[in-house]
Amino acid sequence: MITISAASNAIGRARVSRLISISGGILVAIAVIAIVAPWLSPNNYLDTDFDNILAAPGVAGVHLFGTDDLGRDLFVRTMMGIQVTLLVALVASFVSLVIGVLYGAIAGYVGGRVDAVMMRIVDTLYALPFIFIVILLMVVFERNFLLIFVAIGAINWLDMARIVRGQTLSLKEKEYVEAARLTGVSTVRIILRHIVPNLIGIVIVYITLTIPQAILVESFLSFLGLGIQEPQTSLGALVDAGVSQKENAAWMLLIPGGLLALILMCFNFLGDGLRDLFDARQSP
Amino acid sequence: MVKYSLRRLLGAIPTLLLVVVLAFLLVHAAPGGPFDSERVLPEAIKQNIDKYYHLDEPLPQQFVRYIWNAVRGDLGPSYRYRDHTVSQLIAGSLPISILLGSLAMLLAVVVGIAAGTVAALRQNTVVDRVVMAFAMTGISIPIFVIAPVLVLFLAVKLQWLPAGWSGSTGAARLLLPVIALALPQIAYIARLTRASMIDVLASPFIRTARAQGLGTYAVIRYHALKPAMLPIVSYMGPAAAGILTGSVVVEQIFGIPGVGQFFVAGALNRDYTLVLGIVIVYAAMIITMNLIVDLIYGVIDPRVRYR
Repeated sequence: MITISAASNAIGRARVSRLISISGGILVAIAVIAIVAPWLSPNNYLDTDFDNILAAPGVAGVHLFGTDDLGRDLFVRTMMGIQVTLLVALVASFVSLVIGVLYGAIAGYVGGRVDAVMMRIVDTLYALPFIFIVILLMVVFERNFLLIFVAIGAINWLDMARIVRGQTLSLKEKEYVEAARLTGVSTVRIILRHIVPNLIGIVIVYITLTIPQAILVESFLSFLGLGIQEPQTSLGALVDAGVSQKENAAWMLLIPGGLLALILMCFNFLGDGLRDLFDARQSP
Repeated sequence: MVKYSLRRLLGAIPTLLLVVVLAFLLVHAAPGGPFDSERVLPEAIKQNIDKYYHLDEPLPQQFVRYIWNAVRGDLGPSYRYRDHTVSQLIAGSLPISILLGSLAMLLAVVVGIAAGTVAALRQNTVVDRVVMAFAMTGISIPIFVIAPVLVLFLAVKLQWLPAGWSGSTGAARLLLPVIALALPQIAYIARLTRASMIDVLASPFIRTARAQGLGTYAVIRYHALKPAMLPIVSYMGPAAAGILTGSVVVEQIFGIPGVGQFFVAGALNRDYTLVLGIVIVYAAMIITMNLIVDLIYGVIDPRVRYR
């Protein structure tokens, strides 16, 4: 039960690779379609089709995903939303990864006063309810694309730093770290050579959760009306519009919502699969 | 242990104070006053309003006044809900939000840990895959998608459960909001538990325990569960914050008169005192949660020593 046979592990690996290629493939396909399709479509994201307001998908012929309550083509708008969503995901997660791992490992390993101060800073930033910071930033600096990245990056590294620190606390009690310390290896070197590589497992699990989280946060903001502004759109903003129309135009909720979930799920499977492949502890 | 706890508790106070300072400054850095409107007020009336709300005083003085009153439980008058103080508004809406949040947290921890442990024990079997597929779905569908979809199907189409808050009474109306709020956290906790449990189950002391002839249940219950809970305990802080954030959406969608609704309304209306007050309450809750997490972490992991 507890030990995994080599055979089942090999099957597991084949499965995982397949999962990676499938989810990766879907993501690439979605990205390509989202970028190319609006060019090919006869509609654009602004034009209103007054004859087909709240038309169901396919009914009016030219509107593949139907239209919204203003008669705008939902297909083109959804593709635009996907573009925005993917852009946010790529930028924000990378920033939070770098900051979070270094910060957490240093705090956990050095310990004592340094740890206390560093974690106090994280506590403090944590304690500022995130929505509040963003609402304030949006009010003070006007709604701004760059600001959304900054806000998301600034919040996500905190998670990473805490998790990494927690893990480092127990890692540094390990014998090999003690041995390294005894032989006079410098602190910086121990962190980079002995602590950080051993954090990879948990870091990959967490970055797995961070990319979709960045997407979640952006769409959450847009859902509340604080992110991407009309007539621009994102998947979150589309869902928001769909919620108010859910009883007479369910597709306005289900199509963008479903695509958002699909994208998030693919990222999750991708990251999960990568972890399984690279996590040395799982191989026999 | 007692000394450590006390010191951590004392350490939490400056944190809260810092949060208050930052929030206070950010709010006052926002352009435009709370009483700016389309209608231009005569200068004399504007001055009177400013005087009444102490907006004519220099910022440091306003701040000191605010802190002094806040310590005594008075968070000032609301700028928009004219007949209420902020403390009244929060006191009236907090219980329902806390009830909602605690139920969701409880549900998430119990279901999440159980599901994660089962998946870890049956690693790479059908059971594992089904549990993980559910967890994946839970993580991947945002709360603001799953909540309206649940409403659409369970409440509007099938009419099994009430769709909103005001149209019904009793525990049934809590069901959908709590489930919607707990789902993402269940998923995270299940995944964390599985990953960490697999890690722990591979360690030598578990092999030793099994070599002594202990059954699966005893190994989990007495040896694996505690060390495997470490990442989950660390996650309780973020989980609380996540539920707090989620409650804003859930309260909005279900029309629940909780703090989250006042928070969004206050922010959109520039109700400075209301927003500030709610932020302080939120901050206090998250700081407390993190404090508890730190203490528990030390209790269950003897390798982490109190200094």
